Amino acid sequence: MIGLINYGMGNLHSVAKALEKVGGSVELVSDAEKLNSYDRIVLPGVGAFRDCIGALKDTGMDAALKDVLASGTPFLGICLGMQILMDVSHEFGRHPGLGLIPGAVKPFPEQHSERGFKIPHMGWNDVVLSSEKTPHPVLEPLAGQQVYYVHSFCCMPENPEHLLGVCSYGDFPFAAAIGRDNIVAVQFHPEKSQRAGLALLEAFLQWHP
Amino acid sequence: MLSKRIIPCLDVAHGRVVKGVQFVDIIDAGDPVEAAIKYDEQGADELTFLDIRASHESRDTLYHMVTEVAEHVFMPLTVGGGVKALGDIENLLHAGADKVSINTAAIITPELVKDAAERFGSSTIVVAVDAKAVDDHWECFTHGGRKPTGLNAVDWARRMSDYGAGEILLTSMDADGTKDGYDIPLTRAVSDAVTANVVASGGVGTLEHLAAGLTEGKADAVLAASIFHFGTFTIHEAKAHLASKGIPVRL
Repeated sequence: MIGLINYGMGNLHSVAKALEKVGGSVELVSDAEKLNSYDRIVLPGVGAFRDCIGALKDTGMDAALKDVLASGTPFLGICLGMQILMDVSHEFGRHPGLGLIPGAVKPFPEQHSERGFKIPHMGWNDVVLSSEKTPHPVLEPLAGQQVYYVHSFCCMPENPEHLLGVCSYGDFPFAAAIGRDNIVAVQFHPEKSQRAGLALLEAFLQWHP
Repeated sequence: MLSKRIIPCLDVAHGRVVKGVQFVDIIDAGDPVEAAIKYDEQGADELTFLDIRASHESRDTLYHMVTEVAEHVFMPLTVGGGVKALGDIENLLHAGADKVSINTAAIITPELVKDAAERFGSSTIVVAVDAKAVDDHWECFTHGGRKPTGLNAVDWARRMSDYGAGEILLTSMDADGTKDGYDIPLTRAVSDAVTANVVASGGVGTLEHLAAGLTEGKADAVLAASIFHFGTFTIHEAKAHLASKGIPVRL
């Protein structure tokens, strides 16, 4: 059973349906005490960083999530569910994240929009997997495929080992996917990326870190 | 590289697709789920649904339709028509829309766009701008181009972008329905003026028109209805044409 964390924000429907489409059984979890009863955890996310971390803290989900991840449960973070793993975000002020991946969440450079690159970065773009490392099993199906991004902020992991895939918007590279051990997280939306996205979700269900 | 997007637009009323969708192998042409699946198979990058009736009584039918579509296709969905308040946006997002398009309500209450972007994020808020040439500039119109607002369309688009709209759905009321191509000077003027993404709409008759909207018009995405509905071109054909012109598309 997959636990899809529900912290009262955004629409979980699409993520749940996409996971079911590739054979997963999904339950929405809003009770932090129940988080340790799932085989896999997915944290989706839309909205503002501050509201998201606030809601996770209010429900005790932040501590429960850290415990469950320390125990080795496979985890997938999507979009804001990726950014929230970092130490700190600079979205509308400065807000601490879960601190599970060292680094910060920062906006695209200001001069980017002046040069004609629209913000948010919205649409289909690449995921470039490092050619020096063995591709991460969850990301492997994405080779040569484009996926759907929509975001104005990017994760900047400090440790290059945590960087699993890169995307470039104009000449500005940012983290498309990060992770370590039993954690994998993506900036794009697999649930909105048609076949490529479903292939990623299927690979996540098969993943045994 | 970020691909330019091709977005088929479906007009709906009472939860059904209207304005003759004529896919050959679809039995019931008005079924939004079947139409969405067909466009999904053709490689559409997103889908836009506009509720052209948008009556208060038919809201639940629209929400139900969005949920049904979102269960079958895994691609971004924009829904517009009759959005008046934050509650309407919330309901559409919960039903399964990824983006909600606001039109007349933004003109009546511009602050709605600011509040919506703060609450739901810029990426979910689209402002539809219907523009028409008046003297030496373009003006915003409502009610399908019948009601002038006195607002300069380029200034208005910039203000909406500054208020946090992530996307401007720009329709030329002069070009709409002509099949003579997008209003390129209008599209370019708006695209140059805003940080938000610009979707060009109104007037497509040929694949070259799509290319012109993206290159000369500097749009980030192109929206079209009839050329895809009536099977004049498939999305694949459109993308192949754009790719042959060196425009980045997802094939």
